[in-house]
Amino acid sequence: MNAAAINDIATRHPDAFRRSLWTRYATPLGVLLCILYTFYCAWFFSVGAVLEKANWNLAGAYLADWVSYEIRPDIEFKDNHLTIDYSRFSKLGSNPDPDWVTKQMAVIERRVDAAPAPAIATNKSSQDSFMAPGAPTAENPAAPSGQSAPAAPETVRENAVVAATVTLGNGRIAVTPNLVTVTRGTESVVFDIAKDSSVTPRTPLPDWIEQRRPGSTAYVSFGFLGRAEVQNDEVVAWRRFFGWANFVFDTNSPFWGKPFGEVASLIVSGERIDPSRSNAALAWDNVLNNAEWQHGDVWLKLLQTIVMAFVGTVLASIVAFPLAFLAARNVTPSRIANQLTKRFFDFQRSVDMLIWALFFTRGFGPGPLAGMSAIFFTDTGTLGKLYSEALENIDDKQREGIRSVGATPAMVQRYGVLPQVLPVFLSQSLYFWESNTRSATIIGAVGAGGIGLKLWEAMRTNTNWANVFYMVLLILLVVFIFDNISSYLRRKLMGSVGNDERRVSVRPPAAQIA
Amino acid sequence: MSATDVYRAPALSPEGATVERHWRDLAARRRLYTIGGLGFLFLALSGSLWFANETNAGKFFDRLPYIADFFGELKPRDWFDPVRALFDLPSPYDDGSLKFDYPEGRVYLTQSIYIPEYFHRMIETLNIALFSTLVGSTFGFLLCFLAASNITANRWLRFATRRFLEIVRAFPEIVIAGFFLAIFSLGPVPAIIAVSIHTIGALGKMFFEVVENADMKPEEGLRAVGANWVERVWYGIVPQVLPNFMSYFLLRFEINVRASTILGAVGAGGIGETLRLSIGRGHEAKTIAIVFLLFCTIVAVDQFSAWLRHRLVGRQAFAYGGE
Repeated sequence: MNAAAINDIATRHPDAFRRSLWTRYATPLGVLLCILYTFYCAWFFSVGAVLEKANWNLAGAYLADWVSYEIRPDIEFKDNHLTIDYSRFSKLGSNPDPDWVTKQMAVIERRVDAAPAPAIATNKSSQDSFMAPGAPTAENPAAPSGQSAPAAPETVRENAVVAATVTLGNGRIAVTPNLVTVTRGTESVVFDIAKDSSVTPRTPLPDWIEQRRPGSTAYVSFGFLGRAEVQNDEVVAWRRFFGWANFVFDTNSPFWGKPFGEVASLIVSGERIDPSRSNAALAWDNVLNNAEWQHGDVWLKLLQTIVMAFVGTVLASIVAFPLAFLAARNVTPSRIANQLTKRFFDFQRSVDMLIWALFFTRGFGPGPLAGMSAIFFTDTGTLGKLYSEALENIDDKQREGIRSVGATPAMVQRYGVLPQVLPVFLSQSLYFWESNTRSATIIGAVGAGGIGLKLWEAMRTNTNWANVFYMVLLILLVVFIFDNISSYLRRKLMGSVGNDERRVSVRPPAAQIA
Repeated sequence: MSATDVYRAPALSPEGATVERHWRDLAARRRLYTIGGLGFLFLALSGSLWFANETNAGKFFDRLPYIADFFGELKPRDWFDPVRALFDLPSPYDDGSLKFDYPEGRVYLTQSIYIPEYFHRMIETLNIALFSTLVGSTFGFLLCFLAASNITANRWLRFATRRFLEIVRAFPEIVIAGFFLAIFSLGPVPAIIAVSIHTIGALGKMFFEVVENADMKPEEGLRAVGANWVERVWYGIVPQVLPNFMSYFLLRFEINVRASTILGAVGAGGIGETLRLSIGRGHEAKTIAIVFLLFCTIVAVDQFSAWLRHRLVGRQAFAYGGE
């Protein structure tokens, strides 16, 4: 190609070579505007400050909570022995004794203050005694009456924990009443405990242990596996386990902790645990009323959300259908009627779904009625607008044909108009059903019923992230199923009409794909 | 008996009779399906309505007579009071309570010029919506080419991108907002993150469908002169799809204005929060002012976006669908 040919092309296509200023600089200008706007927003929302204040450690812990749980043994120092406690609603049931916490028992002597009130003598030498320190024993049969002077402290001999070891993966915490040894991998640190006053490490601390002031609590991190705090009166360890604890049965259920085979055989052929009903009924009831996961309630709320979206969309379609005929210019010749109906649609659309939801929550009380009314009101407007646009775009020839054979106006609509628009109408409604299933979740959180509120409550406490994740998975599943049903139906509907360009258009042949 | 008394169907040939019979069978089956479908829909609808009524706090027919009461409660002391609430003018009913403390919310730009509180809140909500649409569409733009079957040949990359977009789209916004509300304190940033993430999925899907329908001839031409992947996409595909992208961007912006209002109501700032508080506390004038402002804003945004979309892509702009 020589210069003459290039000039020739340039003269034939002047617009391609000498573009106006606007077309040349529109793209960089747009990008520049976007960047400027980003800076403006960063200032407006003070994003920097917010990100700086954010608690990223918390984020990690919360995210880990989605798929794991922690168990917290609490080892308290007594004068010459230890007591081990678990949090009150521990995931290990009422009497936890996990194998990763080993205890060393010994008979010790300790001094107790005599109980102020007379109490029932308990059997000495039982292991219970360390669970209830301070309880009067057989050596103190005649407890003084409450009014008398405090009795002199007495010495008690009993079996108690003198050393405990908590294992967390490759980490270990060995606790004795005045010495704590923390090991992670090959490194190990020994702390001297002066009870109720200080915690002193014997060697310099590695970077996985933090002590903010000399003598104060030491914070030990074992990564994902857990963490621990060495305080001057107790050692608290958090061990993290992967998975969801007690997902099927909670600790109060008789089926709790049993392997699957045993539960199955109990249900099929076992003796009745509760004489009034079969084991299968009992098991089902225990699953539904699982105190930690609340399966029954979660499923009920999920069903409410589904119902809200379904009823809202169906009712909106039913109401919008006749109104759309009224709003369409080419169907109803009265301009006043057209304009009134269209402005009515605009009004319903523009009053936000939130406003409707708040109003109806006031009206009906929290629950799915409020949510479905909100969806119904908003979508009557949107669907009506879309329906009337579809009506205005119909092909007039079919109508003329029907009219020319002398059909009544109703017949003209039925046979001349409806066959053209019905697939479009149904497809729009299906689309909105699909999208409302998603928005019904959010609406729920302002009190309009469904799983949204439950999700929101679970999140506000910041302790139930596993439950949140469980509900999210359920929602994703429902949305996935409904998406597929809806797009399958829409494809079937639109196959013949081909109005929805995006879905039915012919894609470029695969040969063109490099 | 004359021939005009009874209409006689013309006698059909055996083949014609078969066709006629088949047609009747077909019509009967269609009618059966239609009636069956409608019956099923009716059953599902009544079952759902019954269920919703059972599990609601207030029952439909018990509460119905009182629905209008709420609108009665919304009547302000006088009809100029909502205007005062809207523009933060002092109210003659001011008794020191939260109900009439309109001037409290003023946001002063200088010593004497202020933005009324609700306008400021509305700007906040609009900014949340616009900024998150911008962020979401940027990422959606980058990802959509990886998901389009005519641009990206690698099946696994395409599969992964599409699944990612799907998950991100279906993930409830409220959970993302709630999670970031727990990490950041209350404020609009969690709402921005939540809406942005959802927008990535929603717009990414719309975008890649547009890209898949693009004309491949410019791309082929560029390939013929040895352009690399980025050049082919940037000069061959992007100019074709940009108007459609802009149109979807605007549609998404409309949707996001609504979404950020709702997220505001659950604690993420903006006008939604103000509205929820005002309705909950029963402040009539403030509620009317906010609802009016919100209504006008949404109408304005919708009209503006419809006008712009019309200019960009003509009639196609009315293809609704952005979720």
